[in-house]
Amino acid sequence: MVEFWDIYGLPTAIIVAKILAIVLPLLIAVAYLTLYERKVMALMQLRKGPNVVGFYGLLQPLADGAKLFFKETIVPSGANKFLFLFAPMLTFILSLIAWAVIPFDEGMVLSDLNVGVLYLFAISSLGVYGIVIAGWASNSRYPFLGALRSAAQMVSYEVSIGFVIITVLLCVGSLNLTDVVKSQDGEYGMFSWYFIPLFPMFIIFFISILAETNRHPFDLPEAEAELVAGYQTEYSSMAFALFFLGEYANMILMSAICVVLFLGGWLPPADIAPFNWIPGVVWFGIKIAILLFVFIWVRATLPRYRYDQLMRLGWKVFLPFSLIWVVLTAGFLIVFDMVPA
Amino acid sequence: MGFIDKQARSLLLTEIVSGLGLTLRYMFKTKATINYPYEKGPLSPRFRGEHALRRYANGEERCIACKLCEAACPALAITIDAEPRDDGSRRTTRYDIDMTKCIYCGFCQEACPVDAIVEGPNFEFATETREELFYDKEKLLANGDRWEQEIALNLNADTPYR
Repeated sequence: MVEFWDIYGLPTAIIVAKILAIVLPLLIAVAYLTLYERKVMALMQLRKGPNVVGFYGLLQPLADGAKLFFKETIVPSGANKFLFLFAPMLTFILSLIAWAVIPFDEGMVLSDLNVGVLYLFAISSLGVYGIVIAGWASNSRYPFLGALRSAAQMVSYEVSIGFVIITVLLCVGSLNLTDVVKSQDGEYGMFSWYFIPLFPMFIIFFISILAETNRHPFDLPEAEAELVAGYQTEYSSMAFALFFLGEYANMILMSAICVVLFLGGWLPPADIAPFNWIPGVVWFGIKIAILLFVFIWVRATLPRYRYDQLMRLGWKVFLPFSLIWVVLTAGFLIVFDMVPA
Repeated sequence: MGFIDKQARSLLLTEIVSGLGLTLRYMFKTKATINYPYEKGPLSPRFRGEHALRRYANGEERCIACKLCEAACPALAITIDAEPRDDGSRRTTRYDIDMTKCIYCGFCQEACPVDAIVEGPNFEFATETREELFYDKEKLLANGDRWEQEIALNLNADTPYR
């Protein structure tokens, strides 16, 4: 019995504890991201935002959560019941499992995969399924159209995201996310992070993750003026909340990927006294918060793209541009003999 | 040249960046929100809110039951019955306003020759039942007593324009 505990019990317990240590803060972060979004949007629209529930509205996410939790889950009579309830779970689970390979600090990673980037890419591509299944299983027109749009959009932008990641990987020479961060640890502090040498790629990557997470100005899948709420139209209560959580967790995840690839992960902006006192996890969190602010900022600024404009941008601008940049980066590395070993 | 200029602008996202700059500036501006139940916006002296029947300073009710307000009311919300009182003066025995019919046009207060029926500054008189909104003479006089100070000030402020 003792042997069994040593071999299987303890490692399992440790892994579960690690998973909880990632998932619980993540869920709290998701809840407060909704408040963050509402507050920032409100400030930009000359409003105050939620300020009644708790101090400065700090308990608003809990109130929203409680409200959704106590509502009735309605399954439309024409819907495929199993798939209808399976889709939100899938979206939610996929948005959580990708965090397994994100390095929060040196060595602070659940699973230090050698192909971390590919894993992330695979998981984020699977995210389409949740939405497509939801749109199909609802057996309703608007969700179906929303799901179709979402699938087309995510597939289109994943291509250019792929090329952007390739340019980064060319500079790093490894698919391990910890190595990606370490290779940005140069002598110039924040100026040796990849967003400086690969600036155009950074911008393309950011715009593509806006499209990938169905955020403004690319939120066509849930364009309320045309599609009511897109693939979420028939959902209520916790099923809706799972979609909502999944979507926001995806936003945080994509920001985290962007931080790892371009903004030097857990590294402080300069390796000098006041900056390197702060632990790497905090820097990681700060960088994610800044990117999320830009997500919300863009939402408060730009109107929604038309569907054909969205497709044109993805296929006729980003794809050739990122492809050319891959070639340029590769050529530059070869010519100046800077290819990483 | 125009072509290059246009392409350079779209490549450098100038429009989007200037738009983002605008929203960022707005973020630090004074907010327009009024924290409603605790703060309230300014009201014009002409504001037409809840009705009230006023009295003279000696406590005598102003209304002389001329029924001009009843005749002027486009929503037929006002109902008046009148009889001579014991001292011979003409007074109402019944003065009802159905607040669910009222459209707050202010014709009643325009029509009144003695400034008896007025629409006061109060707009927070929501009730939980319909019946509570069928105001009778008692309720209207009570409103008059409660809001007299504000009503008198408002009428005074608006006098030069009438």
